[in-house]
Amino acid sequence: MILNNFKPTKDKINTFLPLGSIFVIFAFLDVLTNTFLNYNITGFLPQTLNYFSPLLIGYIGLYLIRIEYSGIIFLDKLNKNINSSNLNAFLTLLILFIIIKAISPLMNWLILEANFTGSSKDDCTDNGACWVFIKVWFNRLMYGLYPDVEQWRVNSAFLLLFALVGIAFFVPQKIKKYFIIFLLFIYPFIGIKLLSGGSFGLVYVETAAWGGLSLTFIISAFAILFCFPIGVFLALGRRSSLPAIRYISIGFIELWRGVPLITVLFMAAVMFPMFLPDGTFIDKLIRVLIAITLFEAAYMAEVVRGGLQALPKGQYEAAKSLGMGYWRMNVLIILPQALKLVIPGIANTLLALVKDTPLIFVVGLMELAGMIGLAKTNPKWLGMAMEGYVFAGLVFWVICYAMSRYSQNLEKKLSTER
Amino acid sequence: MSKIIELKKVNKWFDKFQVLKDIDLEVAPQEKIVICGPSGSGKSTLIRCINRLEEHQEGNIIVDGTELAENTKNIEKIRAEVGMVFQQFNLFPHLSILDNCTLAPIWVKKLPKKEAEEIAMKNLTRVQIDDQALKFPGQLSGGQQQRAAIARALCMEPKIMLFDEPTSALDPEMIKEVLDVMVDLAKGGMTMIVVTHEMGFAKEVADYMIFMDEGKIVERAKTKEFFDNPKSDRTKLFLSQIL
Repeated sequence: MILNNFKPTKDKINTFLPLGSIFVIFAFLDVLTNTFLNYNITGFLPQTLNYFSPLLIGYIGLYLIRIEYSGIIFLDKLNKNINSSNLNAFLTLLILFIIIKAISPLMNWLILEANFTGSSKDDCTDNGACWVFIKVWFNRLMYGLYPDVEQWRVNSAFLLLFALVGIAFFVPQKIKKYFIIFLLFIYPFIGIKLLSGGSFGLVYVETAAWGGLSLTFIISAFAILFCFPIGVFLALGRRSSLPAIRYISIGFIELWRGVPLITVLFMAAVMFPMFLPDGTFIDKLIRVLIAITLFEAAYMAEVVRGGLQALPKGQYEAAKSLGMGYWRMNVLIILPQALKLVIPGIANTLLALVKDTPLIFVVGLMELAGMIGLAKTNPKWLGMAMEGYVFAGLVFWVICYAMSRYSQNLEKKLSTER
Repeated sequence: MSKIIELKKVNKWFDKFQVLKDIDLEVAPQEKIVICGPSGSGKSTLIRCINRLEEHQEGNIIVDGTELAENTKNIEKIRAEVGMVFQQFNLFPHLSILDNCTLAPIWVKKLPKKEAEEIAMKNLTRVQIDDQALKFPGQLSGGQQQRAAIARALCMEPKIMLFDEPTSALDPEMIKEVLDVMVDLAKGGMTMIVVTHEMGFAKEVADYMIFMDEGKIVERAKTKEFFDNPKSDRTKLFLSQIL
């Protein structure tokens, strides 16, 4: 058969491999010159054929180099993973070409044709993004409406936090617990006092002025810190043998889980004060913090409950048979294992929490995304939404990716299998 | 001789199904009792009632002078005195073997860490896995895990040891190493109640044999008499199948 002569086989590798490679390289060259140099090598072909030429040529090339058991490791891997059949070869080419085509305008917008220098919208003369917007508003995006001269307080509150956490990692085990107690129970008050002021010679800064990325951090840190233990208690409560505790837990979880966060925030900020007796006043930010914490605690509870249910009954029985009571059993045996099992779920919930913080805009508080929303409506900076939200997305991604990596490390560190 | 365990007319139901029917049992200190019987006869449930992993609904269970009832403090006190070894080992997988052994002495008996570790190493040496002390349960063979579980129970320095089919989940070659440890323990004078099908072990250490069927104690006899001259037909049938 004539067709058999065109079937790539190992004994004809010396013909097929160079020939196929040339085709593939030519196809990529065509796309690359087309995209980046605006020059079409296959321009001599008729219009429709010309458009699909790289796909066609690349496809032939990939067919020619599809040699089974060639013995060349790279080629075998390539054939196995992205060139195992005609359909796969086609999809490989299509995806690669789309990526090449898409990256070019994206890079142009992000970097190559973007504007970095200047101080107003008029300085953005190139076609790309106007990063001047971020540069000019950077201070506001980080600190919100916090007065410029007082911003050292925000910085030092966070520096203190990072320093404490950093030291806590390295001090010996014995002192570590004091650090953790300090971080959990004393630091929050120092931090809040430092930020809000009003005493110790610090000027009072109302919470309505707090904002930007620092507010994102404040809300996330506070909510993560408190939703976790509350969630654990709720999870234990839902599995309690005492009906009163069980039903209260179930009721709490189902109530908070069933309501959208945006509604909860609105109620906390607007409706809740109406039910308070006259003259009592709870700061709006604190109301919002408590609302977010309880909301996320309900989710956390269900994640933790999943871990509790995954543990074999024998673990409970072994702990009991050694004379441990309910709390010792849970703290020493059950929770360490259950929480380890659900680290991915916990990370999931906490990431969602961080990304939910922008919703506080409904009650007039503005963290990073909220500040961008404010900045883009400034008459001098109209039309900067894209730059702003791309920046916000990037910042959130960095934060969340760091958290995700940390959770993966933790999982590895705590693994006692093998 | 005073009794360390007394069961009087104990009845237990799982929903409507009665698993224990009028169980009477007395165990003197240092006695070794082996309970056998077909599966579903209630033998595991019986010994799990002795440290109240299962609750009985009628009758009295008195362990070391304390009646097992709703009082949780009493139950915890009894459990600390009664060691239990499970079919599935139930070691704590997130802790090293040494920590498995020291956890309860430190947190329940409030021993200082150093003392708890000394006791743990003594017991791990006794079951011959002192060289595995720093490994995690998942790194040990089944036989080693079960011996570690025995050591963990011994670290509470119990007055009574309960064994719930300790060799049923083991490969045949590992059964012997666990039985050897149990024989050694029996010779040391421990009060033991063992649910097992290992009749060789029973002949070697048991003072009394108990045969259960359908939630009732069918036969209770001295070991030699039980094997040589069983009284009930049900026991004879069971023994003819198992021996």
